Amino acid sequence: MKAKHQRLTLAILAVAAIIGAALLAMSALRDQAAYFYTPGDVKKDGIPAGRAIRLGGMVEQGSIARAADGVTVTFRATDGATAVPVRFKGILPDLFKEGSGMVAEGRFEPGGTFIADNILAKHDERYMPPQMAGEMHKTESLKK
Amino acid sequence: MHIFANPARFLSIARPLTPWLGWIGALLTAVGLGAGLFITPPDYLQGESVRILYLHVPTAWLGMAGWSGIAVASLMQLIWRHPLAAVAARAVAVPGALYTAICLATGSIWGRPTWGTWWEWDGRLTSMLILLFLYIAFIAFAAASDEQGKENRAVAIFGVVGSAILPVIHYSVEWWRTLHQGQSISLTKSSIDGSILWPLPFSLLGLTLIFAAVVLMRMRTMLARQKVEARMRRMARA
Repeated sequence: MKAKHQRLTLAILAVAAIIGAALLAMSALRDQAAYFYTPGDVKKDGIPAGRAIRLGGMVEQGSIARAADGVTVTFRATDGATAVPVRFKGILPDLFKEGSGMVAEGRFEPGGTFIADNILAKHDERYMPPQMAGEMHKTESLKK
Repeated sequence: MHIFANPARFLSIARPLTPWLGWIGALLTAVGLGAGLFITPPDYLQGESVRILYLHVPTAWLGMAGWSGIAVASLMQLIWRHPLAAVAARAVAVPGALYTAICLATGSIWGRPTWGTWWEWDGRLTSMLILLFLYIAFIAFAAASDEQGKENRAVAIFGVVGSAILPVIHYSVEWWRTLHQGQSISLTKSSIDGSILWPLPFSLLGLTLIFAAVVLMRMRTMLARQKVEARMRRMARA
């Protein structure tokens, strides 16, 4: 075997090992590196009240209600199967709508309501002009 | 590739090619960004802020393509000892870092009105930031080792190992729950409507040609500098 071929074999093995290591690390981090919990996770794992987490889900249709003070909003976050009530006092992002994705930062109170300190809107991968957008705004990546 | 083992032959092609790449690239980029700013319709949800995608998406792809280039050049340096490979890897690093920085900046500006935040430590954003740090580390490492004046294979090994971040960036939105949306465009289909999508190929090709022109310019500069140094050394010895 020529030196050049030896180096080529070594390099191919090294690249394969590097990519394998990256993929292994990613799949190991799969749960830990998730950016938010879904309502289903919350029900399954039993997040203790008071622990700071992010909760991600779709805003359930028809669930948004404004309190009398005008700045407090309550709604239900759902992943299709499970829904949790969320309360938030503050300014919502423009993209926050019923039927669209959101991520809330905050904690559960003992009663099971999620008290959000901050709410982010989650955008999906579909882009279209306004006249085409008749259907509901769904975010595929929330379903995982 | 072995045709270019002779730097003089490489230069005779690279010298006339550089202005063509640069000017055609600038023209295509102007068409793509101009059409994206003034002609395409706004998005139904994001409104006008969707227009940042004509800069954000190409710079993201080219930022990643840049490191793929560094990895391939580094492999060619390690395996075939190609004389231009190390020069090419160093030439790609600076525009690659710049494009990655533009991608992060435009993403941040888009994120403020869309998500309601400038920055979040989600999988896609964090892995892209790591790519920028890798570029900066590569530039610093290459500069430090070149100062010692000998061919340094550790830089090439760093170039190969660093490519491990590329699959992480690509799959981050599919494997992890992230704030960043999933992939809109694949080879076969796009979830971006055609009326919004069409300027993107123009700005993508334009920014690619500008990238290539900058790489060729930097390679020529580095080869000229090597020549000057060699001549000075000869004169000092005489």
